[in-house]
Amino acid sequence: MRVMAQMAMVMNLDKCIGCHTCSVTCKQAWTNRQGTEYVWFNNVETRPGLGYPRGYEDQEEWKGGWIRADNGRLKLRAGGRLNKMLNIFSNPKMPSIQDYYEPWTYDYETLLNAPAQDTFPVARPTSLISGKHINIEWSANWDDDLGGSTEHTAKDPMLKGIEDKVKFEFEQTFMFYLPRICEHCLNPSCAASCPSGAIYKREEDGIVLVDQDKCRGWRMCVTGCPYKKVYFNHKTGKAEKCTFCYPRVEVGIPTVCAETCVGRLRYIGLMLYDADKVLEAAAVENEHDLYEAQRSVFLDPRDPAVQREAERAGIPGDWIEAAKKSPVLKLITDYKVALPLHPEYRTMPMVWYIPPLSPVVDVIKDTGYDAEDKDNLFAAIDALRIPIEYLANLFTAGDTRPVEDVLRRLAAMRSYMRDINLGRDPQAHIAEAVGMEEEEMYEMFRLLAIAKYGDRYVIPTAHGEQAHALEELATDCPVSSFDDELLDSSGPFGEGSGRGAVTPVAVENLKMLQERAQSETLVSGGSKRGRVNLLNWDGRGMPEGLFPQREHNVEASAGGGSPHQRTDDGSVLEDGQARPDNVAGADEGQQ
Amino acid sequence: MSTFLWVIFPYICLATFVVGHVWRYRYDKFGWTTRSSQLYEDKLLRIGSPLFHFGILFVAVGHFMGLIVPQSWTERAGMSQELYHIVALLGGLPAGIACLVGLAILVYRRRTVGPVFRATTVNDKAMYAVLAVVIVLGMWNTIAGTLLNLGIAGDHYNYRDGVSPWFRQIFWFQPDASLMEGAPIGFQLHALLAFLLFAMWPFTRLVHVFSAPIGYFTRPYIVYRSRDERPGTATGTRAQKRGWERVQ
Repeated sequence: MRVMAQMAMVMNLDKCIGCHTCSVTCKQAWTNRQGTEYVWFNNVETRPGLGYPRGYEDQEEWKGGWIRADNGRLKLRAGGRLNKMLNIFSNPKMPSIQDYYEPWTYDYETLLNAPAQDTFPVARPTSLISGKHINIEWSANWDDDLGGSTEHTAKDPMLKGIEDKVKFEFEQTFMFYLPRICEHCLNPSCAASCPSGAIYKREEDGIVLVDQDKCRGWRMCVTGCPYKKVYFNHKTGKAEKCTFCYPRVEVGIPTVCAETCVGRLRYIGLMLYDADKVLEAAAVENEHDLYEAQRSVFLDPRDPAVQREAERAGIPGDWIEAAKKSPVLKLITDYKVALPLHPEYRTMPMVWYIPPLSPVVDVIKDTGYDAEDKDNLFAAIDALRIPIEYLANLFTAGDTRPVEDVLRRLAAMRSYMRDINLGRDPQAHIAEAVGMEEEEMYEMFRLLAIAKYGDRYVIPTAHGEQAHALEELATDCPVSSFDDELLDSSGPFGEGSGRGAVTPVAVENLKMLQERAQSETLVSGGSKRGRVNLLNWDGRGMPEGLFPQREHNVEASAGGGSPHQRTDDGSVLEDGQARPDNVAGADEGQQ
Repeated sequence: MSTFLWVIFPYICLATFVVGHVWRYRYDKFGWTTRSSQLYEDKLLRIGSPLFHFGILFVAVGHFMGLIVPQSWTERAGMSQELYHIVALLGGLPAGIACLVGLAILVYRRRTVGPVFRATTVNDKAMYAVLAVVIVLGMWNTIAGTLLNLGIAGDHYNYRDGVSPWFRQIFWFQPDASLMEGAPIGFQLHALLAFLLFAMWPFTRLVHVFSAPIGYFTRPYIVYRSRDERPGTATGTRAQKRGWERVQ
């Protein structure tokens, strides 16, 4: 047994409203640069739909992931080492920019400078790739909400085999949203495809990263990843991918996509697994067994034997504790409601999904029957083959049984909790019908429906003893205590100079985020020295220093206590320093 | 003048080549890439790029044969001058043609495909110009020197008597400039521009030649790395400078 820890995520698809907040905040944080205009580390797809890049799941076409060779061993679908070297001068299976979409901007200049005229001026779209005007015909999210589905959706690779049964008439269709990030696989085929060895899996937390200094831009990883979540930055000529926001996760805060998720549907936690069993599990013969095989690789951190082995493997105690409390562990192992995305790629993905019950519920509701009645729901799960086969194509390589089991559990939870919410006696037999204890069912409800911040994210910080080396903390400068208000922040060269004047932004952010996320009351984003970090201010409360003080206050303080603040007349500040603050802020700093 | 051209200039270029690469590797690992434009255009690249690259790899092997291996060795191995030329022609000509055709396709692509042209820097253009001239001159030497027998005074110019010994002498620091003085102008220009290309090498995208991923054959598929392994990690993302190491 070789215990390793993996940072993992579960997304509850029933709660996803397709608002794309995760995509937007992720893009703002990571890919709002030249060269990555077309890149979405996080994207939300409407399913059925083509996804991004178009039809990426068609591995016959794109050759991503692993396949099981006749000798029972795994090999890269796009070809092994020799094949890669022979094709190194031009990757035969790389999606072109058209398969993603041609990113564009608008010609705002013309719009803004347009003279008064009879016709309304428009801002024409301009390609960010060619610099020419383009006609926008596709984007990362063109078929959102089944837009244009009659034309596009039928090409969804996951509809193969059931296409004749699926109706795209408006009344009979179903849809749900699928947010996707890098899967941070246990057996990543992108890393295996990299000729330079630049993509690596971190030993501590299993996050898969690209070493930007080692990447030489061979582009084999783009082909190798079956989820098409490694991107080529066409400006720098290097591969880039979702980092699981490692600078944030290292200090114990969730990824940007999870933090900003409006539906609170993301769960982050640790999974312990046996690294020695990964290859064996990924190479099981029957694709339908892959889901169970991957579950068998996971270790239960509550098992003393596992704890001992984990300690021997150098996993710190607080990490084992966090693994015990991991919501991901509960959803995957205890409640068995989370399923992996495309286990048939044999990469052992570690971002799992709770399949949506809503297509089933919607159908019952439309028929006029009680959509929260257990028997109705169970019967519908049995009867509604199409959504279930579709979900099975996504999450269990086409095996409908695990999907049915999950949906039954979700349905049972729904009707069990209804009795409680309506003040009726809870019916134990509902929980029993899906093999759960009543208390367990209630706990699952709390995790899925109440979804408290502290329950959704159980993220152990990276080792305290290594903290000085972490990217985001950067505490090697001699700042001893961030909690103190650093009143005297003026050094020999004005504000912000000298020892201890600068609080690293990350630390400030972390503290505020924690406070805000975990407190019940309004927390002002107010900060030291009467300044506001607008990045942190989420509109709650009115932090000090955000707005200028009222007129009479300024006058009072200026006239009363500190005439030296008034510099309009050219008089020197008392301490001889230039102060860029507004009067109110500076005033505060002085007192 | 002759000393400058055939002794001083090559050394300047080679020194720039070596020192430049060390410098580039130390300070610009991030910029060390092929800067592929495959994302923009695929079809022409799929033909042109392998043609050019495999061509130039064979050309490089040919140069090794012609420049590094002395004539006396091949003769001792029982290879007559005629046989050597036939081998050189049979190997060199197709490789050279593949290389040239590939280059033509790639340059055409670079000029006509909008996004690729936009991504082409001045640095690239200068490098392509020198590279193309060197390759064309090399082809001309091969054709003129052997096929058409247009050597000096109608004689056959044997570069293995002139260029090759001079080239080898550079590496034991005793180059004889007179060996090159007698070479035809085509060979002289080819050699000079090739050295110029060597001097430009570390500052262009040509550096990707030295990242040929040989290690891929021997390393395990999945690479594991520890968080702290990154060398020189210091405050923030800045690398630790020599002489500023932290007290442990």
